[in-house]
Amino acid sequence: MDGIEFRIRKTLTGRGGRFPFRAAGRFAHGRVSGFAGPSGSGKTTLLRTLAGLEKPDAGEISFGGETWFSSGNRRSVPAWKRSAGLVFQDYALFPHLSVLGNARFGAVDREAAEEALELVGLADLRSRRPRELSGGQRQRAALARALAARPRVLLLDEPFSALDEELRARLADELGNLLARIGITAVLVSHLRSDLERLCSSVATAAEAERLFDEAPPARESRSSIPLRIVEAKSLYVG
Amino acid sequence: MVEAAPLLVSARLAAAVTAILLVVCPPLVRIRLSTNSPWAALAESITVLPMVLPPTVVGFYFLAGLSPTAPAGRFLDERFGLRLLFSFPGLVLAGCVVCFPFMYQSLKTAMLSLDPRLLETSYTLGKGRTETFFRVILPNILPGILGGTILTFAHAIGEFGVVLMVGGAIGGETKTASIALFEAVESFDYPSAHAYAAVLLATSLAGVALMNLLQRDGRRLP
Repeated sequence: MDGIEFRIRKTLTGRGGRFPFRAAGRFAHGRVSGFAGPSGSGKTTLLRTLAGLEKPDAGEISFGGETWFSSGNRRSVPAWKRSAGLVFQDYALFPHLSVLGNARFGAVDREAAEEALELVGLADLRSRRPRELSGGQRQRAALARALAARPRVLLLDEPFSALDEELRARLADELGNLLARIGITAVLVSHLRSDLERLCSSVATAAEAERLFDEAPPARESRSSIPLRIVEAKSLYVG
Repeated sequence: MVEAAPLLVSARLAAAVTAILLVVCPPLVRIRLSTNSPWAALAESITVLPMVLPPTVVGFYFLAGLSPTAPAGRFLDERFGLRLLFSFPGLVLAGCVVCFPFMYQSLKTAMLSLDPRLLETSYTLGKGRTETFFRVILPNILPGILGGTILTFAHAIGEFGVVLMVGGAIGGETKTASIALFEAVESFDYPSAHAYAAVLLATSLAGVALMNLLQRDGRRLP
């Protein structure tokens, strides 16, 4: 079974106090998937958990049959061994490095970095510092940095929230084309379902993921990722 | 008469204090930033005290605590044969306490201004903790480290009250340039006083100017 499979539970603290975040589902291999939900519904937590920056209280995460997290087996692969690139909402570019320096940070070699910059159309700005870039250019620089590391999965958190309306529409199309061309497994998270539908082959919602968690049998007694396969319900995918 | 000895004592003192604090402060900052304990906050406020207390107060407690009749002083003397009062090592210890907040706060401010997402991005790009420290944390807090170093060094050079009370102005051992300046004035030796004062002024100015030059980051108010 390819792609990312997950079934996680985590107590989050939001504006209204503590609440349980529960989600299960599968993001298909080599496709661009979307995950939509209102703010405070745990979207960012889901991405951070998939990337390995946070641990769920309980549950399982696997990628391409490889276990990334399993509370039953007490296993958690650290973020730096998952090869899951995460592009933060505000991009988090390294301020002390140039655009090329950022792209080379996790790149296998210089060519990979140059190639990634070429791909996002930033080759001419390679020696600029992040603070000398516009919002759209920053996003592309962050994307190039993530792609240059040749990740197996690309996770994008609210990729358009920092951009104005006009740029938003243009970059959404660009990004959709780009991701489809590379054929990478990608997950995009947004509070706007419309943003996701433009460029994702399928869109799941936080509510659907929660229902899947509740419908599936508890994974606690399991020592493998088998229950996740049961979870693979058609309802999660649109189109 | 102008002597080189007080200038050398000052330089040695400042170098020793700065070097010790550069080693001691980073782990303490790390511990402090990884806990939310009220005790840590309380302990931290004690270390800030030398910044707000008159130096003579700090010096007096050193005298009272380290004298051979006080428990701490007696313990150090009997157990390790250490007599810290009126000696260079004692001066270094007092200097470390007085200068601690300058180094510590500089490092802490630098760490706090670091966006944690930069570290997380580094992890997702396949870099572990060690590589992330050297490639992300260190370059981004370097201006803070340099600023703390310069500030600590300059403050240690200029310390007067504590140094006078704990060190006792013994020539070649604990008489620093700032004390030599004071003594020169007391004995109406203004040419020497001018010489010491000029050296201290030039050192401090050079330090602060260097710090400001290093911390320029190209930001301007519109």
